[in-house]
Amino acid sequence: MAKCMAGDLLKETFPEAVRDIEEFRRETSITIDAGKIREVMTFLKENEKLCYDLLLDLAGVDFDDRSPRFMIAYLLHSTKFNNKLRIKTTVAEGASLDTVSDIWIAADWMEREVYDLFGIIFNNHPYLRRILLPEDFVGHPLRKDFPVKGPDFGQPLQVCLEEER
Amino acid sequence: MVESRYMTINMGPQHPATHGVLRLLLELDGEIIVKAEPHIGYLHRGIEKLSESMTYPQALTLTDRLDYTSALSNNLAYCLAVEKLLDIKIPKRAQYLRVLMAELQRIAAHLLWVATHALDLGAMTLLFYAFRERETILEILELATGARLTPSFIRIGGLASDIPATFLPRVKAFVEDFPRRVDDYETLLTENIIWKKRTTNIAPMSAEECIQYGVTGPVLRASGVCYDVRKAYPYSSYEDFDFEIPLGSHGDVYDRYLVRMKEMRQSNRIVKQAAEKLPDGPFAAVDAPLVVPPAKEEVGRDIAALIRHFKIMQEGFRPPCGEVYASIESSKGELGFYLISDGTNKPFRMRIRPPSFINLAALPKMIEGQMVADVVAAIGSIDIVLGEIDR
Repeated sequence: MAKCMAGDLLKETFPEAVRDIEEFRRETSITIDAGKIREVMTFLKENEKLCYDLLLDLAGVDFDDRSPRFMIAYLLHSTKFNNKLRIKTTVAEGASLDTVSDIWIAADWMEREVYDLFGIIFNNHPYLRRILLPEDFVGHPLRKDFPVKGPDFGQPLQVCLEEER
Repeated sequence: MVESRYMTINMGPQHPATHGVLRLLLELDGEIIVKAEPHIGYLHRGIEKLSESMTYPQALTLTDRLDYTSALSNNLAYCLAVEKLLDIKIPKRAQYLRVLMAELQRIAAHLLWVATHALDLGAMTLLFYAFRERETILEILELATGARLTPSFIRIGGLASDIPATFLPRVKAFVEDFPRRVDDYETLLTENIIWKKRTTNIAPMSAEECIQYGVTGPVLRASGVCYDVRKAYPYSSYEDFDFEIPLGSHGDVYDRYLVRMKEMRQSNRIVKQAAEKLPDGPFAAVDAPLVVPPAKEEVGRDIAALIRHFKIMQEGFRPPCGEVYASIESSKGELGFYLISDGTNKPFRMRIRPPSFINLAALPKMIEGQMVADVVAAIGSIDIVLGEIDR
């Protein structure tokens, strides 16, 4: 019940931001305009009829043939009403997205991971650095144009001593 | 003029108490931690990327290598996601066996946790007792799955095979014996004055902080928040079983210990019920011939079955376009798989929601302002597995 409520309430409050509401296998996904993401997320968290207080997951997806190219999917859970909601938004290549890490601190590391593996910039993130890969890594591996075996597969191993750099 | 003299020390990545390759940069003011920064990624194998070039049945083997202390739970979470995508029904017998195995695996993971956590804090004795029972569980699981560490036994559509006849008697014997063993562990630690001094009021997290940090699993429940995926979104027939969700109140290291000890008893109850109520029937979905490979006897007899077997093994199957999220309560917290299918035989995107990764993000919050000697207790209390954090 509360699931449909989120869609209706969002449509009511942000009629221009809601792009699409889909239902697949009893899961609701709402696509939101990227510019409105902070307003919508704050609303979802603080509205007492919704109370999505737990950010469960934040995933990046690369649709290399679509425009805009990237999608970010936020998965929210309400500990009060016990239901889940997925919010999606799209980001074009080279564009950036506002951070939600001040709304949920949980987003801090998740956004760093998306930045690391997809190269999507989150505005106003407190510490946007690579998290899984080393600082000097070149490229963003979860992009579809990044080869699975790595760009240097088959090349002779480059040995570079510290003092030669 | 007062001069601040902070000292930065590096803990790990090769450190016996970080349970894997976790590196911590600690900034100290004397013995007090001012700032802590975890560095991870030493074990990154790109599992999410690799899965995009594998068929759905092949990608299952990658999930064993996430949280390697509870591989069957990872198998289960992945299979639930793919089955949700395919929208197939799993027979009751397979569901019960999955629950039975996942709960045995949870007990084994918690035993490993309590043994190493106590070892970190200087209580060495428990290790020998806990590993004895863990060994019994691993032998039971090996009997059915053929492997101790990487079983890949829970398959899309059901199980890899039915259980052998000797399996259930051994499970029942273990279940009868185990509560007495937990009593033994608790005699060693629960009222032990040294243990209590090392764990009470150490690295506390309030309920609000836990939710804000996205923490799940025993750490969240030790702070008094009743969120357990098995109750909140029952999967694999968990609604058929009678069990409680142990909760703590202070959210410190001691409460996390108590919650996990109680969870082992509850898991034992679930295993007992599953073993007693185990229905007869097929061990894999019968109405999904394009997903579940035919039985071995059939392959030897029928050429069509042989072709079907080859097709599933080599090409896999093509789920409909769409996206699903399925999650389970693993021993560390909510383990979720977010799958996007583009209608081909390989996942377009497989996002793993790793509980350890998100729980570890709360570590700096837990230890800042605490003593440096308590870092080990705090890391142990989150129960991290680096295979899952780094993926």
